[in-house]
Amino acid sequence: MNFPVLSVITFTPMVAALIILMMPSHRRNETRAVALASATFALLLSVWVYFSYDQATGGYQFIEKYNWLPMLGISLHFGVDGMSAPLVLLTGVVMFTGVLISWGDEDPHVKAGIQDRPREFFAFLFLLAGGVFGVFVSLDLFMLFFFYEIAVFPMYLLIAIWGWVVTREYAAMKLTLYLFVGSVVSLVGALAMYWVQYQNTGVLSFDMLVMEKAGFSQAFQIAWFLPVFLGFAVLGGIWPFHNWSPDGHVAAPTAVSMFHAGVLMKLGAFAALRVGIMLLPEGAKYWSWLIMTFAGIAVVYGAYIAFVQTDMKYMIGFSSVSHMGLVMLGLSTLNQNGLTGAGVQMFSHGVMTALFFAVTGMIYDRAHTRMIPELGGMMKIMPFAGVGFIIGGLVSMGMPGFSGFVAEFPIFMGVWQTQWLVAVIASISIVITAAYIMINIRKVFFAELPEKLHGHVGDITVLDKIAIVTLCLLMVGLGLFPGLMVPMVQTGVENILRLLGGA
Amino acid sequence: MFTTITFASILPEVLILLLAILIFIVEPFWKAEQRRNTGWLTAGGLLAAIVLSLLFGQPGEPQTTFGGMIRFDWLGFFFKLLFMFAGAATALLFMDNEKIGQRGEAYLLLLASLLGMNLMAVSADLVMLYLSIETTSIPLYVLSGFMLKDKKSTEAGFKYLLFGALASAFMLYGFSLVFGFTGTTNLYQLVEMFQVGSLSVAAAFGVLALILVGLGFKVSIVPFHFWAPDVYEGAPTPISGFLSTASKAAGFAVLVRLFFIAFPQFAASWTLTLAILSAITMTVGNLLTLQQTNIKRLLAYSSVAHAGYAMIGVVAFTKLGVTSVIFYLAAYILTNLLAFGVVMAFSRVSGVDEIKDFAGMSRRNPWLALMMLTAFLSLAGMPPFGGFVAKVFVFAAGVEAGYVWLVFVGIINSIIGVYYYLNVMKYVYLYRMPNEDEEKHPIPLTRPYALTLAVLAIGVILIGTVFAPWFGWSDAAALTLF
Repeated sequence: MNFPVLSVITFTPMVAALIILMMPSHRRNETRAVALASATFALLLSVWVYFSYDQATGGYQFIEKYNWLPMLGISLHFGVDGMSAPLVLLTGVVMFTGVLISWGDEDPHVKAGIQDRPREFFAFLFLLAGGVFGVFVSLDLFMLFFFYEIAVFPMYLLIAIWGWVVTREYAAMKLTLYLFVGSVVSLVGALAMYWVQYQNTGVLSFDMLVMEKAGFSQAFQIAWFLPVFLGFAVLGGIWPFHNWSPDGHVAAPTAVSMFHAGVLMKLGAFAALRVGIMLLPEGAKYWSWLIMTFAGIAVVYGAYIAFVQTDMKYMIGFSSVSHMGLVMLGLSTLNQNGLTGAGVQMFSHGVMTALFFAVTGMIYDRAHTRMIPELGGMMKIMPFAGVGFIIGGLVSMGMPGFSGFVAEFPIFMGVWQTQWLVAVIASISIVITAAYIMINIRKVFFAELPEKLHGHVGDITVLDKIAIVTLCLLMVGLGLFPGLMVPMVQTGVENILRLLGGA
Repeated sequence: MFTTITFASILPEVLILLLAILIFIVEPFWKAEQRRNTGWLTAGGLLAAIVLSLLFGQPGEPQTTFGGMIRFDWLGFFFKLLFMFAGAATALLFMDNEKIGQRGEAYLLLLASLLGMNLMAVSADLVMLYLSIETTSIPLYVLSGFMLKDKKSTEAGFKYLLFGALASAFMLYGFSLVFGFTGTTNLYQLVEMFQVGSLSVAAAFGVLALILVGLGFKVSIVPFHFWAPDVYEGAPTPISGFLSTASKAAGFAVLVRLFFIAFPQFAASWTLTLAILSAITMTVGNLLTLQQTNIKRLLAYSSVAHAGYAMIGVVAFTKLGVTSVIFYLAAYILTNLLAFGVVMAFSRVSGVDEIKDFAGMSRRNPWLALMMLTAFLSLAGMPPFGGFVAKVFVFAAGVEAGYVWLVFVGIINSIIGVYYYLNVMKYVYLYRMPNEDEEKHPIPLTRPYALTLAVLAIGVILIGTVFAPWFGWSDAAALTLF
């Protein structure tokens, strides 16, 4: 295995971003074609990585290591394990579908998708995607931060330039500042770990596999776990630092909402797991009750706030807070069931919420409103979108046969093992979720088409349909064949449990 | 004793002098419309000087030449290369500025100042140090007030002169006290003289404070920063860029050498003082930046804040600390030159430099907007640009030395920084011109601008991604102090 597949995946979007920038701005369709081609390429590679990951062996695979700054122990160290391989696949999928639905419709009556400066849009979006891939595959703490920041700042431009006119400036700045605060706080923690490791072992290295063996004292772990974990978890939308997230979702253009909810929030949860829990396991054990409390509140509170929304995007935004709360809840159990569930939930929720935002974007582009009371009868106009939304809704409710069940069931089992009361309280959210999803489906898709919308609302494009089908297939496939993902995540979980138990 | 080492130690300066003489001879024979070509000549000459110095003037073991006046080591050499690069870029940016680009004396003054900076970086003696600081400053006073018919420029030149004279008087007084206490002016002998213990801590602190006034003025740390915004705003923009980068870095070169070589015994007292100054500088600089509406003033105040970040590395008082300062300055010089270059290219066509005038710039010239994005994100400390790595190294040095509180101050400040830098980018990318007719107002770039800005932008990205070589050089430079 000599083909450096992980670095090719990571740098494909970045190189594509450069190529797109070099193209003349009036060649709009060529720009989109290049974007789609490179997104497809990255998707195929990530699918290949996912299926050729050897589950029997486990551990980190596809390892690449290049010394980048030996003097400080910084290296480009890439590798995926059972936890990150599904997330790489998720990123590939969201990137691919995001490009599809951004292509849109140039018809001046419709103007769906991205019609203003698509060249810059795709360039920034791909820079972001490259950063996301980089975080998921980095085994070097320095490079992880490097890619993490790359994944954060294009959000500002993407939301501020192409977002919803009413709130975009406010939301973009709020989001950037929240995420930047979180990441730099974590960075200080990471630097502290770096130096303490140097004192303990005499090795200067940002390599996380080396850092795992640094033997941080319990006091140190307890002191630094919260800044590091919460700093990253801000991006995971953990209560009480979730406030930026729904605002960001609402203001962002459709593809960016998909990226944001589908992938970026996982970035936060994943980095919190890899840096917070895996490098500071004693700290994680000490503080797990607090994380569990925060996550439990997020699950119920997010679902309730989603229930009272009238704007579809706000509804989905808060439902993301609720579902990411489940991921955090799974992480906080620190046991096998909870962690496995969290891993699958990251993938499942990523696909599901990407689909929700895609459908909402399609409706908004054509009906020019996202207010649930003002909508209706979409099933007749865009049946594909309707069916997609219903499948997403079933996933969201955790129906058996869909990926949501595969993910949420182990989480609740894991929580029950740790603290049954939290499991009981958190399960309230399932009821609330079912309520708001059903109400939304009934009103938006099946009620009478309002007078105002007669005539000018048309069906979605072929590319939109491809995107919806891709996402739906993943959710149903995973629901019917959990064996496609659960054993793989379990190999990753074993590694985490080893660190938790061995420390 | 005149050996090859003696010559090699001042090779870059000799080359700069030769270049100046060449310009002096050639330029009067050119017609008025050809005079701007002096810019090509200056930049080309400086780049040739960089190459020749790299080939023949690389320092080996640190040595003192010219009777203890000059220290020939990597610290000075690396700074010299940086200054000459900044000088070359500035010369190219001069060319299409109507008020100074066609005047040969502007280039000569630039070279004179560059000569002074180079000597600042290698001075091993207080007398030499003072002379080189003045050699640097006097041409810069003239250049700041170069546009005689512009009231703001005249004011800038005069203000800079007054503040500069005052600050250097303080510094000279400090130097004379050092000589009085120890009987020597050589930096490398001062250490031994102090070890004898002839000087009380209080007296040493007073002396250091006096010297710090002079250097603080050069690197514009709070509370010696008052001149910076007015001078940067009034001076011709290429000069502002030069002042905020090379001149500031030269101040740091002296600061590092002086404090690490001559006064390490008093480290406990001055590192704490500098830590407090660094925290105040970052905070005040950033808070004042928040309110600016003029892009040049914004960059001026933010450059004050950047002096504060770089200071964290000095405070750390470790090898990594010095390395990170030098790395920070290298990244910062490229980034800030790029930022000022973009502002110049924009104002030359549009004639304005308020932040609100940048509305719609990304539609008027997408490439210029991208370069501005590069510069501002690098200043804000975002990867893959130089500013990110530089900031992480400085913070790492701070954490290593146990100054976690200072690093947290730095972090809070970089968040403020992200806010105002992105705020400018909002005008560039989001807002539009009043009539939304950007297509009718393109911003063409002349060849020197396009070339300089492209080189700088690529440089900023290279420092931020392939950072090993720059770090290696910074490390080699830092090694000479330990």
